[in-house]
Amino acid sequence: MATVDRVKQPLLSFSNALVVLGAALMLVDVYLIFMVAPTDAVLGNIQRVFYFHVPMAIMSFLAFFVVFIASILYLIKRDQKWDRLAHAAAEVGVVFVTLALITGIIWARPVWGVWWTWEPRLTTTLILWLIYVAYLMIRAYAPNRTQGALYAAVVGIVGFVDVPIVYYSVQWWRSIHPSAVVGPLAESGALEPVMQGILLFSFLAFLVLFLYLVVERMALRGLEDQVRLLKFSLHRTGR
Amino acid sequence: MNRFLQPIAIIFWKDILLELRSKDIIISAAVFGFLVVIVFNFALNVTPRLVTQLAPGILWVAFAFAGTLAMNRSFVREKEQGGLEGLLLTPVSRDAIFLGKALVSFLFMLIVEAALLPVFAVMLGFSAFSFMLILTIVLATLGFATVGTLFSAIAVQTRSREIMLPVLFFPIILPVIIGAVEASSQAIGGDGGAGIGKWLPLIGVFDALFLVICPWVFSFVVEE
Repeated sequence: MATVDRVKQPLLSFSNALVVLGAALMLVDVYLIFMVAPTDAVLGNIQRVFYFHVPMAIMSFLAFFVVFIASILYLIKRDQKWDRLAHAAAEVGVVFVTLALITGIIWARPVWGVWWTWEPRLTTTLILWLIYVAYLMIRAYAPNRTQGALYAAVVGIVGFVDVPIVYYSVQWWRSIHPSAVVGPLAESGALEPVMQGILLFSFLAFLVLFLYLVVERMALRGLEDQVRLLKFSLHRTGR
Repeated sequence: MNRFLQPIAIIFWKDILLELRSKDIIISAAVFGFLVVIVFNFALNVTPRLVTQLAPGILWVAFAFAGTLAMNRSFVREKEQGGLEGLLLTPVSRDAIFLGKALVSFLFMLIVEAALLPVFAVMLGFSAFSFMLILTIVLATLGFATVGTLFSAIAVQTRSREIMLPVLFFPIILPVIIGAVEASSQAIGGDGGAGIGKWLPLIGVFDALFLVICPWVFSFVVEE
């Protein structure tokens, strides 16, 4: 009979430490953003969305870079842990990039006057979203888990290599079709030192949140794999 | 013949022979591409004044849709008869299988495009016989066939295989579509290829990059 380790949950585990740290940082971050950060002279209160938007966008890029590295390592070493890491990072990355797109749209409407514009960074982010949604779809629709992992790794590699080319092509394309929508890019302007400090703090808070989500998702994937193994061995013993 | 080239040539010839006997890929893709143009003509109301703006877009949407259809068929055929397993059992490197299939898709797409281009040119009213336009089509089709072959090998294994190929293929191929539309627009618009300069290298870089990556990752896709 197959024996499976009981799930141990010590009080001082890595993920518990992350959740406490993350919650504390996030509370302080929200306080800093709404109580301490000065209101932008030109953009007004809407500028505060920027402290959520930029860290989430950067964390999603980090996530997709992790997917790329983990996919290569999985194809070479065939160790399940790399597949788990790639899967977890891709799911968290899709959530973050979705939120970054939504917060960007909320920001764009009052500042640019439109919900959406085909600006290079926006377009590239949208394509990124599409590629990693396809990544998760191929995992779900594959005939079995092993093949799903292989196909997903291939999409994770090809998709990441493609991103810089998408960026350059959209940039050149835009320079040919100038748009009437020209908005002040908040991130290109010189930031107040206070704003810069809060932005850095926000990065830290979202980095901890990102790490926590990836660690938890990997652990959940591990449990899912164990359950599948148990079900399989039950079938084998004919019960 | 060379030991690496021979298997590629054999796989290439096998698919051509199959197509000569069944004729289902090229004809269905060409008819489909033609239909796309007809539908666009009504949807966009292409007037002579707008033709240089709209024709390249319509052309490449038709080529891309017809191409996905052709590439999907090419692997569905292998899957249905267990042909892929047979291919994998032969003492041939995975790279050769990939290159053979990609080369066939490249050729089929070129034939479909060669059939459609004069028809489009007549119906939409632009000149098709530009060296730059033909060069653009060849380069872009090479990128389509390379990435498309990899993704149709994946898509054919999944449930809902008809939808997985476009879902995987279009986001990745976007730079080629942008580059091809812009370069064709320059070629058709007739300002002598002044603005074409950066688009062809962009497509070329894409082709070169994916011609290296795709055969490597293809070996992982077909293994079991």
